[in-house]
Amino acid sequence: MSKRFNFNGAILLWIAPIAFLGLFFFYPLLAVFRVAGEIAITEGFSVDLLERVWKPLGFTVYQAGLSTLITLLIGLPAAYLFARYEFVGKKALRVLILLPFILPTVVVAASFNALLGPRGWINIFLMSILGLESPPMQLLQSLPAIILAHVFYNTTIIIRVVGSAWEQLNPRWEEAASVLGAPPGRVWWEITRPLIQPSILAASLLVFLFDFTSFGVILMLGGPGLATLEVEIYIQALQMLNLPLAGLLSAVQLICTLILMSGYSFFTRQSTLGLIPRLFGEGVRRPHRWKEIVYSWMIVGFLVVLFVTPLAALGFRSITKLDANRGERGEIQAGLTLDYYQELFINRRQSLFYVPPLAAVRNSLIYAGLTAVISLSLGVLTAYALRRSGKISRVIDAFLMLPLGTSAVTLGLGYILVFNRPPIDVRTFPLLVPVAHSLVAFPFVLRTVLPALLSIPGSLRQAAAVMGASPLRVWWEVDRPLLTKAALVGAIFSFTISLGEFGATTFLSRPEFPTMPVAIFRFLAQPGALNYGQAMAMATLLLVICGVSIYLVDKMDR
Amino acid sequence: MNKLVLKIFLMLIVLVLSANCTPQVTSPGGKSLTVMTHDSFAVSEEVITAFEKENNVKISFLKSGDTGAMVNKAILSKNTPLADVLYGVDNTFLSRALDADIFEAYTSPRLADIPAQFKLDSKNRVLPVDYGDVCINYDRAYFSTKKLSVPQSLEDLTKPEYKGMLVVMNPATSSPGLAFLMATIAHFGQDKYLEYWQALRANGVVVVSDWETGYYTNFSGSSGKGAQPMVVSYASSPAAEVFFAKEPPKEPPTASIVSPGTCFRQVEFVGILKGTKNRALAEKFVDFMLSPAFQEDMPLQMFVYPVNQKAKLPEVFTAHSQSPEKPATLSPDVIAKNRETWIQSWEKTVLK
Repeated sequence: MSKRFNFNGAILLWIAPIAFLGLFFFYPLLAVFRVAGEIAITEGFSVDLLERVWKPLGFTVYQAGLSTLITLLIGLPAAYLFARYEFVGKKALRVLILLPFILPTVVVAASFNALLGPRGWINIFLMSILGLESPPMQLLQSLPAIILAHVFYNTTIIIRVVGSAWEQLNPRWEEAASVLGAPPGRVWWEITRPLIQPSILAASLLVFLFDFTSFGVILMLGGPGLATLEVEIYIQALQMLNLPLAGLLSAVQLICTLILMSGYSFFTRQSTLGLIPRLFGEGVRRPHRWKEIVYSWMIVGFLVVLFVTPLAALGFRSITKLDANRGERGEIQAGLTLDYYQELFINRRQSLFYVPPLAAVRNSLIYAGLTAVISLSLGVLTAYALRRSGKISRVIDAFLMLPLGTSAVTLGLGYILVFNRPPIDVRTFPLLVPVAHSLVAFPFVLRTVLPALLSIPGSLRQAAAVMGASPLRVWWEVDRPLLTKAALVGAIFSFTISLGEFGATTFLSRPEFPTMPVAIFRFLAQPGALNYGQAMAMATLLLVICGVSIYLVDKMDR
Repeated sequence: MNKLVLKIFLMLIVLVLSANCTPQVTSPGGKSLTVMTHDSFAVSEEVITAFEKENNVKISFLKSGDTGAMVNKAILSKNTPLADVLYGVDNTFLSRALDADIFEAYTSPRLADIPAQFKLDSKNRVLPVDYGDVCINYDRAYFSTKKLSVPQSLEDLTKPEYKGMLVVMNPATSSPGLAFLMATIAHFGQDKYLEYWQALRANGVVVVSDWETGYYTNFSGSSGKGAQPMVVSYASSPAAEVFFAKEPPKEPPTASIVSPGTCFRQVEFVGILKGTKNRALAEKFVDFMLSPAFQEDMPLQMFVYPVNQKAKLPEVFTAHSQSPEKPATLSPDVIAKNRETWIQSWEKTVLK
């Protein structure tokens, strides 16, 4: 293949992703910046800027860094367990730990409260055995609560992304090192670590960006004293109506993302080795030495406590009677009930905006499916385009990740500014919601697929071509099977990102197509036990639907 | 594996097609009217259908986030308006919207049925639709079993017997939080309210970011069984607690403190957006929102009070929702001018 052909091929591959990001990301974003700039020029820009930018910026970086570090510390040992060992309930656990990813923050806050709050089970338990008057643990509304929630949400990214790369690692490299006398620590440091480093970095980057732009967690679990850039942007743009400051903060957020991305691409490009991934995880076995057994039990136990108990608490609340017995303090009408599930199907107030649960499920699944299709196609195309584009790709790569570091509020305002007439009108264009979801999901696919793509040795393709395979066939027989695992991880995340996403769905305001998270928020916006119960029931339903979908997608892996 | 992929893909296509086949309801005349609202907007299907039939029009609602988000979107899109009518701008955002000049004046004949106190724009660029009072709700069982008297004024809340019992919301992120801050400003004045908040802080007031967390997590009288027996919410919340119970209790589990000056009154408005091509229909829709049919539907849909004196209240409201004696108010101009400063000073006093 000549250089020239490569170049043209790259341009062809770039058309779709560039058109997509240009139209749905850069164009609306620039429109907001332009308007913000105009207002700043006409009305002046007189605030104590340094303080208003530095403080939230400092806190944002601090909490995101700390959260990412702790997520890594918990995620890596778990990723190892999933990559190398077979154990009872592995498939179920793999699905369960993904579920937090889709939960709306308001629901996570509620289930954390049921567990850890001042009247949560743990505090009540501690108070009764220690004979205390007041709850000993004050975890909510603090930095630890933010970090805990971020770990709860994002550990699964490390487990899935690093785990899948680890599983595909040829175990013979490690075995060879062991045979040559290297102790396990050295095998890890000199063989395993460098080989899975690209995926560790990619996963950490994703986790960091998610924590960096965190919004609901900061507001609801961190409490009002702690503000990230994203929270400040929301306050400035929508409460103070101070668009210039909101625009400035968004720009700062974007610049940070760019700097981070440049650092990232610099590090990753040096260390990609060509190696043939194993398709069927031949290094996977049951733990049999006692150390391995203890290790796997510890990790499984930890994951169950961290991820499964809050989910179980949520499911349990959705079938618990929540009405208080009037007049007598603390006497909750004990008992289980399916009332809240039945109530979901009743339009008690004949409301125009009543959400039939099946319609919410259908809308959510359609949006999620479309998001997975859009972001998977774009992600794979872009990965190929990047592979062919040489040095310039580092620069482009950084820009591709910008959607992850963008404030949803700012982008939402941009959509209002530019998409106000046919053919793309926020009021009628049916694809805007999956498109907005894909902006966040597509970098995920790219980050999971690209390391896998870069690690495929060219010799495999050349061998196939020499034997007479057409380029298409080479792709189908060589690339496709080697990419499937990574692509599935990306697809699963796209799907779940869309299922749980709430912000864009309201910002793009299509009340006739409510999703499950939208329904949950509508219930929680009004007082009353039935509303609360239905929110819990809908959230549980969301968990079940997502769990089943992920289980099905996971099955395709084999 | 490929079969499964194919199956799932086919299922998706079927789902997408079935979604697109949901009948696009356009009336024969093809007329349509778009109404921009906030996310809390709700209405009965039959009430809207009746209007649609009578006027041969299809109404689409454009839900646009919370009140701040909606106002912002309306201002940003004023050159190419997204809707014909905007409903839901309240007295705390009113001046911003009026200054941005996004409304066309309309003097509806229905204004005759509405008391003057609600008509905050003399030019009728916006017309009042409903009001609600942000009040402190308390957990009745808590106070009765502890044999504690319920606080009767804002000053009472700083007394040691109520230490750590009140949860409020950050005015920067929550609309009832802002309303309660304004109640304290109206009561103590612009030079004294920060002292009051210092005292509240010393008495262990709990601040959360949003109403959902405050009401459902911190408040002990709701389903969350939290630690604080008093929360900033609405005067109508006790009625909602009765209405949204599987077996409606005789008495609500909560009640509001409604003594003079403790509540803040929020009034919501409707206005015709400048540049509408459906002026005649928009006028009809505004008339309709102020008519008894719509006004009587609102209380149970949004738990707010109708401004039209001819509208009857539902029984659950008359029985369980208390009306504050003298709710605090501030003029929209004063609010618009000071909003940012008040919130920032509040943050410095209470959060730092």
